[in-house]
Amino acid sequence: MSAFFRVAWHVMRKDLTVEVRSKEVLLTTLFFAVSVVLVFSFAIVREGRAPDDVAAGILWVAISFSGTLAMGRTFERERYNDTLRALILAPAERPAIYTGKLLGLLLLLGLVEIVLVPLIGLLFNAPILAYPGMLAALLLLGTLGFAAVGTLFAAMLVRVRSRDTLLPVLLYPITIPVMIAGVRGTAALFQAAPDESMARFWIALLIFWDAIFVTLALWTFEPVMTE
Amino acid sequence: MNSDFERLAVVDVARHYGRRKALSQINFTCASGEIVGLLGPNGAGKSTLLNILATLLAPSIGRVEYGERTVADGGAEVRARIGMLGHDLFLYPELTARENLSFFAQLYGLSDIPTIVRAALERAGLADRGDDFVSGFSRGMRQRVALERALLHEPRLILLDEPFTGLDQASASALVARLRERQRAGCMVVVATHDLDVADGLLTRAIYLKNGRIVGTDTDSRGLADRYRRAINNSGGDKPFLSADLSAEALRAKVEAPGAKVEGLSKS
Repeated sequence: MSAFFRVAWHVMRKDLTVEVRSKEVLLTTLFFAVSVVLVFSFAIVREGRAPDDVAAGILWVAISFSGTLAMGRTFERERYNDTLRALILAPAERPAIYTGKLLGLLLLLGLVEIVLVPLIGLLFNAPILAYPGMLAALLLLGTLGFAAVGTLFAAMLVRVRSRDTLLPVLLYPITIPVMIAGVRGTAALFQAAPDESMARFWIALLIFWDAIFVTLALWTFEPVMTE
Repeated sequence: MNSDFERLAVVDVARHYGRRKALSQINFTCASGEIVGLLGPNGAGKSTLLNILATLLAPSIGRVEYGERTVADGGAEVRARIGMLGHDLFLYPELTARENLSFFAQLYGLSDIPTIVRAALERAGLADRGDDFVSGFSRGMRQRVALERALLHEPRLILLDEPFTGLDQASASALVARLRERQRAGCMVVVATHDLDVADGLLTRAIYLKNGRIVGTDTDSRGLADRYRRAINNSGGDKPFLSADLSAEALRAKVEAPGAKVEGLSKS
């Protein structure tokens, strides 16, 4: 088991080192996510007020769209010099390679969310500090479920010509349960009278879906990477 | 069971993509200390065959035996004994040469990585450029780093896909010298190339491929160009020109015999 986490750690550290040097994925993802939030705020917010529950929806739209962009770009890098083949040729457990890629992507999306959440709070008057622990749990679990499936699909599609089109087409329908749970849970916290028990329910549902998605992704990564 | 192996056997391997046959009825062996060349025009199936040998592709039919094992018997242990240099170099341009080598050494679970990486950089002639980004290297320098990356874990089976592409004469000679050194160490080397000038004199055996089929084999390493042209040009239609019997039955009879040698394949 220690070899598994050692490999995952090295893959994640390599991805972050490459990203720190190029800043390509972080900057494009962040720019895209902030643009989405700004466009919605210009369209929806009137006299400093936004309709109920809109802030949660926009937050998750920004996360899912920018996350899809980050997934594609992360694996595009591995395709460019065919390094993905070198990774899967290594005697390391292939699910460990998947885990490393997933952790690297989660960290990147976490950085994007650190900027997005205060922006949503500012532009939509969302009470982001009312239940910070529960909001963080919703974001972490929702992003994990979304990224778990996305990392698997992005790896599967890396050699497919129409990968940029196929990734969202495959990803969004399957991750709908995670998106619904994320939006409804966040909306429960952002409403005028926050519903803590409802947020807890959606967090529990996210844990359930995450367990399914992560297990399935770990299980299927090895066969899908062997053509 | 020891994960090392002394012999590679490709038995009746075929690979189909839908109705297109990329490889058909491929049979050959490679013994310790051999350098086998896969020679053929573009689209002959050389890279597909290398990917199958590297365990990156599963054959549609047939099997590859790594000593007593197949990939199904011990995937990770088999992969640990394979080193591959692809046509793309499997290097991260945003990392330095040292970081690239260290990363792959970590993936292979090697110990004393700084010493191994230092030695690899010295062999690549890049001891003083180890902390430079790979993106700033010439093709020849990248190729040398990539070769050392493939050999970091001292693999038993070395697979090279067009390794001489874009190399000047000095770099090609250095690559040949390194392969000979690995050959003397008892490694099996399989090289896919259409650079017959460099392959001439290097290979212990040449296998000619055309349209996914073996159309000839050759154990004389000198003067490959003429025989290559003859094998490729004479191999139209259903009846391939073969300079050796590579049928599955002949192969099995030979490889299952004690002390079997590749050169022992019966002449047709």
